Amino acid sequence: MGSYIARRLLLAVPVLFGVSVLVFLILHLTPGNPALVIAGPDAPPNVVRDVERSLGLDQPLYIQYGRYLARIVRGDFGRSIQSREPVVDRLLATFPVTLTLAVVGVVWTIVVSVPMGIVAAYRRNSVVDLASIVVVLTGSAVPVFAVGLILLWIFAILLRWLPLGGYASLATVDGWRDIALPAITVGSGTMALLARLTRSSMLESLNQEYVRTARAKGMHELRVVVRHAFRNALLPVITIVGLQFGFLLSGAVVTETIFSLPGMGRLLVDAILSRDFPIVQGAVLFLAVTFVLTNLLVDVVYAVVDPRVRYQ
Amino acid sequence: MPARTRTPGGPTLARRLWRSWQARIGGTIVVGLVLIVLLAPTLAPYDPLHPSVLDRFQGPSRAHWFGTDDLGRDILSRIVYGSRVSLRIGVIAVGIAFAAGVSLGLLAGFYRRLDNPIMRTIDVLLAFPGLLLAIAILGALGPSLTNAMIAVGITTVPSFVRITRSAVLRVRSQEYVEASRALGVRDGRILIRHVLPNISPEIIVTTTLSMANTILAASVLSFLGLGAQPPTPEWGAMVFVAKNYLGLAPHTALFPILAIFVTVLGFNFLGDGLRDALDPRLYQR
Repeated sequence: MGSYIARRLLLAVPVLFGVSVLVFLILHLTPGNPALVIAGPDAPPNVVRDVERSLGLDQPLYIQYGRYLARIVRGDFGRSIQSREPVVDRLLATFPVTLTLAVVGVVWTIVVSVPMGIVAAYRRNSVVDLASIVVVLTGSAVPVFAVGLILLWIFAILLRWLPLGGYASLATVDGWRDIALPAITVGSGTMALLARLTRSSMLESLNQEYVRTARAKGMHELRVVVRHAFRNALLPVITIVGLQFGFLLSGAVVTETIFSLPGMGRLLVDAILSRDFPIVQGAVLFLAVTFVLTNLLVDVVYAVVDPRVRYQ
Repeated sequence: MPARTRTPGGPTLARRLWRSWQARIGGTIVVGLVLIVLLAPTLAPYDPLHPSVLDRFQGPSRAHWFGTDDLGRDILSRIVYGSRVSLRIGVIAVGIAFAAGVSLGLLAGFYRRLDNPIMRTIDVLLAFPGLLLAIAILGALGPSLTNAMIAVGITTVPSFVRITRSAVLRVRSQEYVEASRALGVRDGRILIRHVLPNISPEIIVTTTLSMANTILAASVLSFLGLGAQPPTPEWGAMVFVAKNYLGLAPHTALFPILAIFVTVLGFNFLGDGLRDALDPRLYQR
């Protein structure tokens, strides 16, 4: 087990290295001189030169990258151009919001779609089964923002059951009221996918010999489905949940914009619009690294759930 | 066990395509979309950019079928012209992804020594979840419609590389490739004349499905204010403006959302139908 985790960790290193190079290059892909963009188009040449020097842009690219890497390893992401605050402070302030949104979104998605998939498989061609097909077909063609706006319109504007936006701690009732619509929105794309995947995975395991054996032993049907069939159908479900968790982080960008959540996604979009490069670099790096680490975690969980994986 | 070969005289592609209900619906939608794109000036009842302050936020009526927006512009006309923008986004973004992805996939699949460097680079691109890479690229290039197309195009490259590479790996050891090699045919010619035609089904399906995904992704970028900028009649950008008036005039958001939905569904259905029709294993009996 230990060697499996070590191997996976080693494989993640070059990917993380590549991610850091790509994020570093963001500033250098900018058309024109980034220092000029930062200083403003009318800035006198000596100011532009100062900005160049302060960003290290007068150095060769590999030295700039080396310095960049040395800084981010120490947790120094530079300062925001707009507010002059350290970028890392902004990231740490906004990340919990995005993480909360993604976690509540994932949990909500699992709670709804896994039982839906199980029922759809168990009662094949029933109303639940057909409904799940319709949900999947429409779900794949509706952009996240449409789901968010429709929910917002129905539950916040027409019915006035839930707030239009905002964010509060989940320790309060208001916190849960605030997060409800965003969490449903952010999980909407995954929900359809997960329900279909649970269904097909369950269909396969319900036909296996061990399910027939369990039934032949006279085991209670619920126990057969949950303990024997579902447990074996779990593997692809875990993979998708893990992979989608990362996509929820990027879906959070849209959701946070709609529901005015002070998360990292909204920070990123605002930073792009105001050309605040250090924040853009920091937020992209942070989200991408979180995604890579989540995938790593999924692989490890995978190996715990299915011992066969470890020996491949 | 029946042989898994293509029967000569089997149904033509068009007929096989027509057998699938998904392809019928998808094909009809896509053809309809192309017609709307071509006939936009005839079909649109008003100028999509012309504001009319007195007609702001009108609901759907006989004069304005889809109502009017915050500046009194006719929403139907904007959606009709918006089809041009959306299709252009799809074609250009997929064009970028196709050109880069298929070439890299061919090289990675055909030349062992290029496989590792190309695929590891693709792994780095895949380390960014979904939209984040496109957003990051827009962070560098700055928000605009053209940059959004480039960003979405680059984001789509990995799927073309992977599909092409695995298809090349499949045909690389086939006899006709070996035979061409033995005859001394140059690699470039083998790739273009022999490998490419034999992997085209996979690429056609990926292209169609990517049209759906790129149009969807670009609409999301425009919705965030990072893609098409007002007053461009792009569907996502229309919703971006409409979201501020959701209580007052929900129809200003509803119709562009429906346009995106129908278009994306059309390409998705067509892609799925093509996949079924192009897969010889599914129709031989």
